[in-house]
Parts: sequence; structure tokens; C-alpha cells
Amino acid sequence: MKVMAQVAMVMNLDKCIGCHTCSVTCKQAWTNRAGVEYVWFNNVETRPGQGYPRRYEDQDKWRGGWERNRRGRISLKTGGRARRLLSIFASPVQPELSDYYEPWTYDYENLTRAPLGDDFPVARPKSLITGEDMAITWSANWDDNLGGGPSAAMLDPIVEKVRRESEDKIRFDLERTFMFYLPRICEHCLNPSCMASCPSGAIYKREEDGIVLVDQDRCRGWRQCITGCPYKKIYFNHKSGKAEKCTFCYPRVEVGIPTVCAETCVGRLRYIGVFLYDADRVTEAASVENDQDLYEAQLDLMLDPHDPDVIAAARNEGIPQDWIDGAQRSPVYALAKKYKVALPLHPEYRTMPMVWYVPPLSPIVDLLAEQGHDAEDAGTLFGAIEALRIPVEYLAELFTAGDTEVVTDVLRKLAAMRSYMRGINLGKDPDDSIPASVGMTEESMYEMYRLMAIAKYDERYVIPTAHTEQAHDLEEMGCSLDFDEGPGMYESGPVGEASGRPVPMAVETFHALKQRQESDTIAAPDPQRSGQVNLLNWDGLGAPDGLFPGKGDEG
Amino acid sequence: MNVVLWGVYPYLVLVVFFGGLIWRYRYDQFGWTTRSSQLYESKLLRIASPLFHFGILVVVVGHFIGLVIPESWTDAIGVSEHMYHVMALSLGAVAGIATLAGVALLIYRRRKTGPVFMATTKNDKLMYVVLVAAIVAGLATTVVSVFDPNVTNYRETVSPWFRSLWVLQPDVDAMAAASTSFHVHVVVGLALFAIWPFTRLVHAFTAPLHYLFRPYIVYRSRDDVPGTRAARPGWDPVGTRDRDR
Ligand code: SF4
Ligand code: SF4
Repeated sequence: MKVMAQVAMVMNLDKCIGCHTCSVTCKQAWTNRAGVEYVWFNNVETRPGQGYPRRYEDQDKWRGGWERNRRGRISLKTGGRARRLLSIFASPVQPELSDYYEPWTYDYENLTRAPLGDDFPVARPKSLITGEDMAITWSANWDDNLGGGPSAAMLDPIVEKVRRESEDKIRFDLERTFMFYLPRICEHCLNPSCMASCPSGAIYKREEDGIVLVDQDRCRGWRQCITGCPYKKIYFNHKSGKAEKCTFCYPRVEVGIPTVCAETCVGRLRYIGVFLYDADRVTEAASVENDQDLYEAQLDLMLDPHDPDVIAAARNEGIPQDWIDGAQRSPVYALAKKYKVALPLHPEYRTMPMVWYVPPLSPIVDLLAEQGHDAEDAGTLFGAIEALRIPVEYLAELFTAGDTEVVTDVLRKLAAMRSYMRGINLGKDPDDSIPASVGMTEESMYEMYRLMAIAKYDERYVIPTAHTEQAHDLEEMGCSLDFDEGPGMYESGPVGEASGRPVPMAVETFHALKQRQESDTIAAPDPQRSGQVNLLNWDGLGAPDGLFPGKGDEG
Repeated sequence: MNVVLWGVYPYLVLVVFFGGLIWRYRYDQFGWTTRSSQLYESKLLRIASPLFHFGILVVVVGHFIGLVIPESWTDAIGVSEHMYHVMALSLGAVAGIATLAGVALLIYRRRKTGPVFMATTKNDKLMYVVLVAAIVAGLATTVVSVFDPNVTNYRETVSPWFRSLWVLQPDVDAMAAASTSFHVHVVVGLALFAIWPFTRLVHAFTAPLHYLFRPYIVYRSRDDVPGTRAARPGWDPVGTRDRDR
């Protein structure tokens, strides 16, 4: 047993209102640069829908992830090493810009510069790639809220699959059936196929916290990782010629504050915590024969942080005590393994993804309410979960490789929690038969309710900090985005005005955080850089100066 | 003139080539990339790029055999002069034409696809000119040697000169005796090597052959590399920041 720590996330989809705040703040922090205009490390998809890039889940086409071969071993879907090297000159199935979308801006200047005339001046859309006028035909969330209607949503690969497999030919009336939002970031997989396909070995998993990063100095732009990642969460910076990906906001996480997407999430639905897992058994777990066993296999890898053997083994591996404590209080462990309500996204890709999802019950509740039922009555809800096959099958395709039983169990737990707590809130006697019907005790049901519904800040985020004894004075290794035009870029050249080494981001973040905690004002901006706000240091409270242009400044 | 061209110029190129590579490797890891434009356009690229790259790989092997292996060796294993040339010419012509067609298609694509053209730097354009000139001059030597009976045998002129360069005793006379077509090809070819380290061609030197042997999953500790570059000999941190650089 080799115990390793992994920082992971759980998203409670019931609470996502599809506001895209997470995407926007993430973009402001990380991909607000030339070369990555089309890139969203965090994106929010409406499901059913095609996602971003379009139909990325269609692995027959995109060939991402792993596949189990006849000998029972896993290999990349695009083939063995030699075959991959031979196809290096033209990466076989890399999405083109049109599969994402062509980024654009508007010619706002025209609004103020246009000469006086009879017509209203317009701000024409201009392509950020060519600079020419363009017609906008797609974006990262074009089919938001089922926009585009059934014709667009029908292209959802999961819808296609569910339709193909449903024996009774129910008319798939999408608008009536259900809809929910799926926010996605890089999964920081335990068995990442992006890493396995990188010819240069530039992508690595950090030993301390499992965050997957691209070493910008070692990446040579072979772009095999883009094909390799089944979630299409590695992007090609077309200006620098390097691959870039979600960093799990490691400069923030290292000092114990949550990622930008989690911090700014309006629904407060994201949980961040630590898993202890057995690194020795990852390949074995990823190679189980049946796709539907992958969820269980992945769950098995997650070790019980209260088990004395695990604790001893973790100490042996040099995992610090506060990380072990963190793992014991970890909200992600509680949701994924203790209550078993969080599921991995597409376990069948065999990458062992580490962003987990609590599947949404609300589409079913909404449907019931629409039909005039008491949508929070345990009996009605349980019945509905069994009866509403399409949503359950759809969710199962997303989270359990099609195993509807697991999804049903989770939904039943969520339903039980709702009706049990409603009873209490209405002043009735707690009905212990409800938790019992889903195999839970009243206490654990209440704890789960606290974690999921009350969701206090310090219960949602249990993030042990990075250790100085582990890192050279918090200097960072291959900081993956700390380069020219990167977001970590504040330094000037070695002989410029401020010679010397750039301040590592973690140090900068640490000082900013300390200053904020001690000062009277909210997020006092650095006077030397007034007018700039480093979103990596912003905790979402208040509006620091410089976040928005001043009211008096307009001219 | 002969001494300058065949005795001095090659050494200048050598110095620039290796010096440039070392310099770039140390100071420009971030710029060391293929700068792929596949994101903008991939249909043409999927045909043209493999055509060009596999062609050029065969050409490289051909050059190696032609330049490095002395004629006496192939004679010794019973490969006649005639056999050798028929082989070399036919294979060389096929590979050369594939390369030329590939690069032509790549340049056409570069010119005709708006975003790709916009992403083309001056550096790229210069590189393309020299690269195409080298390929065309190379193919021309092949064509000339087929149709012109007076052409010298390069294995008795160019190759001995090439080998003599590496023992620092350039055989200028041998090279001077070669036909003009070879002279042109060698001059342009050397120019290509001189600009090599400073163009996107560098990606050839990080051809990821170690991919065949490395483990699939790479773990790296946060503390094994301070800063963004691997510690280099003589560059170990001492402890105080200001002494680091
Ligand atoms: S989700 Fe992230 S870690 Fe997993 S394969 Fe894709 S890029 Fe790699
Ligand atoms: S900020 Fe939160 S609620 Fe809004 S879209 Fe993102 S995940 Fe959903």
C-alpha cells in the first residue's frame, strides 16, 4: 500500500443555477490572455446538450481516455506508444477551433467614433483569431438552457445513446423531461490519460496533492494530450504553442484557500478536501473488466483516514499530520465514500477522475410539482425515481457507465433527506423509517443534511496548506502558467527595473491574504498596482478597488 | 574562394549550429515548441505534414548513408557502383518528391488559411525559403546527375570532404572538384543548419523518443525543482535569493 494524498472536489448539482460565475472568474484569473481566448478551464454545460467542445463525449470520434484490451490491460484509446509516435506529425483527432468556437469581441469603438448619421452605429463582432468581421454561430455555452431546442440537444452523445438503448420508444420530449447544469473543470485524474499521451513527459502529477500540471518549459507542443484527455480539458495555446490546463488554482490551494471557481460559486455547491488513496492499486482499479465496476473500484481506492493502518502507512510516506487530520474531516471523503452520494464523471474513461458530482434530484422534483404532486413526500419521490426512467438512465450514463441502480440509490438518499428534514422543519416527529429505508441512521442523515444543505464555509473547504519543509521556501516548481503573458507574470526582465527573481505566486498570495486579514478594508489592493486586482487573492467578499472601473472615471 | 566556402564556412556553421542549440536550450525552453497550427486547420495538415516529415526522415537517412559510409565499404560487401546509384536515386527521388510535395502543400496551406498565415512570423518565412531552396537544390542535383554524364560522383568528392571536416582537416580540393549543382546544394544546406537553432525547426532536436520507455504516469514532487527550470550544473541555489542568479 502506498498512501498518497489527493486534493479533490465535489459539486452538488442540485444547487447549480447555471449562472456561469465560476467560468467567468476562472477566465479572469487564468485564461484572460492572447492565445487562450477560446479556453475555459471551467465551463458550465446545460444537459442534455453537446457540451464544450462540441460532443466531446463521443469517444468513438475523439478517442480520448483508456480502453481495456483483450489481455486485460489498459492502453490509450489512440493506440500504443509506437503507434502514437508515428502519428505525431499530425495529431490524429485533435478538435479544431470550430469544435470549440471562434472567439470574438465587438468593435465598440465604432459606437463612439461613428459619424453623425441617420443610422444607429453598431458594434460588429470581430474574430479574435483573424480580426475580421465574423458571424457568431457557436460558443462555449451556445445551447445554454436548452437554447437551440431539441435539434441541438439531440446531438448530445448521451441522449443518442439513451435513445438507442431505451426499448420502449418513449418520445424524448426534452423540454418536458428534464434539464440541469454540469460545471466542469479538469478532473485531476488518478490515472490521467493526458499525461500518458504526452510524448515529452511534460505533464505531471504533484506528489503532495495530486494536482495535474503542464510544465510549460518541457511542453513541446506535440498536442497529443489534447486527444488523450477524454474530458477535453487540456487546451492548446495557439500563441505560445504549448498545452495549458486547469491548475486547481494551486497557488491558492497551497495556502489553504479554495479555488477561484469554488470561492466565487453562487450556489455554494463546491466542496474541496483531501482523499488518501492507494497509489499502488490505481492501474489495477482502472483495469477492471466491466465498465460498471469502475465506480466501485475507484471508491475502493479511497482509503479510510480513520483506519490506524492507513494512518500509519500515511505517516510512513511522509504525509504530514495536518493532512491526515484534513483527510479525516474531508467533505469530499464524506460525500463520496461515507454517504456515497457523490459519483465520478464518466468512470468508463478509466482515468479515475477526482472531481465528483452529487447527481441532481431537482429535475425529478420539478417534474412532480408540475404534475401537481407533493414533490417532497418520501413515497411520491421514491416512486417517481423508479418511474422516471429517462432522467435516471441519462444520469447513469454520465456518472456510472450506465448502472442505473447506483444512481437510483443516490437519488433515493437525496429524496429521503428532503422528506425527512421537511418533516422536522414542519415540527413533526422525526420519521426514522425514512433514513432506514435508504440504509442510513437518523444521525448520519442529519450530518449529511448539515454538510449538503447548511454547507458552512469551513465545512465545505477543508484544505490543509502546503508545507514549507516540503517545498524550498514555498518556491514553486515548474509553475505551470508563470511565463510571459501568463497570469503569474508580474516580473520584469533580469536587467529591467525590478531585477531579480519573481516572487513565487504562493508567497505573493500568502502575503496578500495576511494583509487582507489584518487590514480594515476589504481586499486592499496593492498600491503599486492600483487599478489591478489579482483574482487569485480575492476571496469573493466585497468589491476591492479596481475590480470595476470607477464611476467618476468616465470621460 | 574555395578555402572560404569549403574550409571556413562549414566551421562557422558548425559553431553557430551547436552554439545556437546549446544557447537556446538553456535560455529558451519556453520558446522551444513546434508552434503547431493544427488548431486552425487540420484537413490539409493531416496529409501534408506526415508526407513532408516521413519524406524528410528518409532523406536524412539517405544523406547519412551517402555522406558517412565510404564507397570502399559498400564495394567491399559487393554493392556495385551502379546498383548503389540506382537504389539511391530511385529511393532518394521518391522521398525527395514526397518532401517537396509535402512542403509545397504546407506552404500553400499556410498562405491560404487566414489564421495560419497570420501566425506566420518573419522568422518562419525566412526558414521556409531556405528549407525549400535546400530541398529544390537537392532534388536538382539528383536530376542533373541522371541526365548529365559529366557530373562527378559525389561519393568521391562531397563525401570525403564531409568526413574530412570532422577530423579538422578539410579536404577542400575534393569538394572543389564536385559539380556546381553539389556546390549550390551544400551552400544552401549549410545555411539551413546555421539558422536551424533560431527557428521552429529546433523541435526536431527534442523528438520525444524517450516516450517509448518512460512510465505512463509521471509524479513530480513540488520541491524537486526550485524555479521553473531544472537546476543546471553550476547553478545550484546557495541560499540567499540575490546570489541565485
Ligand atoms: S481530466 Fe485533467 S487530469 Fe484527467 S486526463 Fe483530462 S486533463 Fe488529464
Ligand atoms: S458559479 Fe456555481 S451555481 Fe453558478 S454556474 Fe458555476 S457552479 Fe453553477
